[in-house]
Amino acid sequence: LSSHDADPRPLLLGGPALGLRLIALGLMAGGLMVADHRQHHLSAIRDWVATAAYPFQWAVSAPVAAWAAMRESFSTRARVESENVRLAADNLVLRLKLMRFESLEQENRRLRAVRESSARVVQRSLVAEIVRVDLDPLRQRVLVNKGTRAGVFRGQAAIDAHGIFGQVTRAGPVSAEIILISDPEHAIPVQVNRTGARTIVLGSGRSGLLSLPYLPQNADVIVGDLLVSSGLGGVYPPGYPVGKVTNVVRDPAQPLLAIEAEPAAALDRDPEVLLVWFDREVVEPEAAPDPAAPASATASEPASAPAVAPPAAEDAR
Amino acid sequence: MMYGSRSNFGWGRILAVTICALAASVAPLPEPLELMRPDFVALTVLWFSLLSPRLLGLSYAWCAGIALDGFRGVLLGQHALSLVLIAYVAAKLRLQVRAFPPLQQSAVVLALLFLNEFLLFWIDGVAGHPVTDWRRWIAVPVGAACWPLIAGIYSRVVGRR
Repeated sequence: LSSHDADPRPLLLGGPALGLRLIALGLMAGGLMVADHRQHHLSAIRDWVATAAYPFQWAVSAPVAAWAAMRESFSTRARVESENVRLAADNLVLRLKLMRFESLEQENRRLRAVRESSARVVQRSLVAEIVRVDLDPLRQRVLVNKGTRAGVFRGQAAIDAHGIFGQVTRAGPVSAEIILISDPEHAIPVQVNRTGARTIVLGSGRSGLLSLPYLPQNADVIVGDLLVSSGLGGVYPPGYPVGKVTNVVRDPAQPLLAIEAEPAAALDRDPEVLLVWFDREVVEPEAAPDPAAPASATASEPASAPAVAPPAAEDAR
Repeated sequence: MMYGSRSNFGWGRILAVTICALAASVAPLPEPLELMRPDFVALTVLWFSLLSPRLLGLSYAWCAGIALDGFRGVLLGQHALSLVLIAYVAAKLRLQVRAFPPLQQSAVVLALLFLNEFLLFWIDGVAGHPVTDWRRWIAVPVGAACWPLIAGIYSRVVGRR
């Protein structure tokens, strides 16, 4: 109890020192925020912070990953066999589809050549694993284990086995942050596959829900309609599934329909995603929604492999 | 004997506690629990400010906030500002709060966590990325409810100074 006698630290704190420190630290934090938000001066620092944080984030996700790997390696023979049978059947179906697809692709190319429009198909893709950390429960964002060193650039589209997944919002050297199509700040131009009607799909903040708020009352949309990316804006390759309409509310009092859709991609269950490069030669009438994307893509060019050069060069155009 | 470690204030333990709090705030959780996750870093900063302000003060809150911004990938300085402010208020109130019974302490922590979340909400809005979902406030009462537990653990691990 008499310990304070020998303790050199002041018994009382506060007073002007505490207030001064509050002001100094508050100003520093405010300055950082302004620099980060307004001028984007901090991209080097951000990259550095992201790189420093990445091993830590990886370590946090490691137990979950290790558990999954362990379950995998201890899975029973019977389960593996049944999975194998299922995959073989899937493979057969996919091969049959692919046979038709190749001839259709050739035909499509010929027809497009006739019309002198370029076919924008995915040229190159990169598998990136999702690091299992919760960045923010209310923002739909994920972290992946590939960055600018692998050629990833800001504004790059990410796709999974079932459809459009999202786009890269920040690319660090070894990791990148992807905004999912279900994030409330995300919008993607789509087409209703059945009718060809163009509209925009917004995220809702919940992983299984998208909304289409911009279709008029007389629009031809029914439950079950497939929504595919239209390619307008140039971020996403055209023709990939985005979602399926699950609910259409026609309220005569409202000028627009309230439509809900379910994302095609397994947004909350994917262990990995594909980052894609595609030919963006066609200049669309609309500006790209992310004006910083071409700039950062050019910036990332020196760090990326030569194989990435064609798309990056096209971005700069 | 009891104060033998006074010369080194147990920096190793403090660092370990901080890293655990940061890890707990990004560790993967199933979806319903994810929304209820208390802000462990804010609780840690509050504990140090209320019960050991002579050990770690505003600079600690600032550094922890910058680290959290880095891990979450949000605007750099956002958590730093909110944590410094609540650490300041907590350090000012600490002599009263320390005498409070646990329930009343939780009430103060509830108010401070609410202030923290409100500042974050505000900064989000000013920066043009508003999250208006009401579910962002769920974590505030959960954090206040966790306060006695967290305070108990920290008192054991770090010890009051």
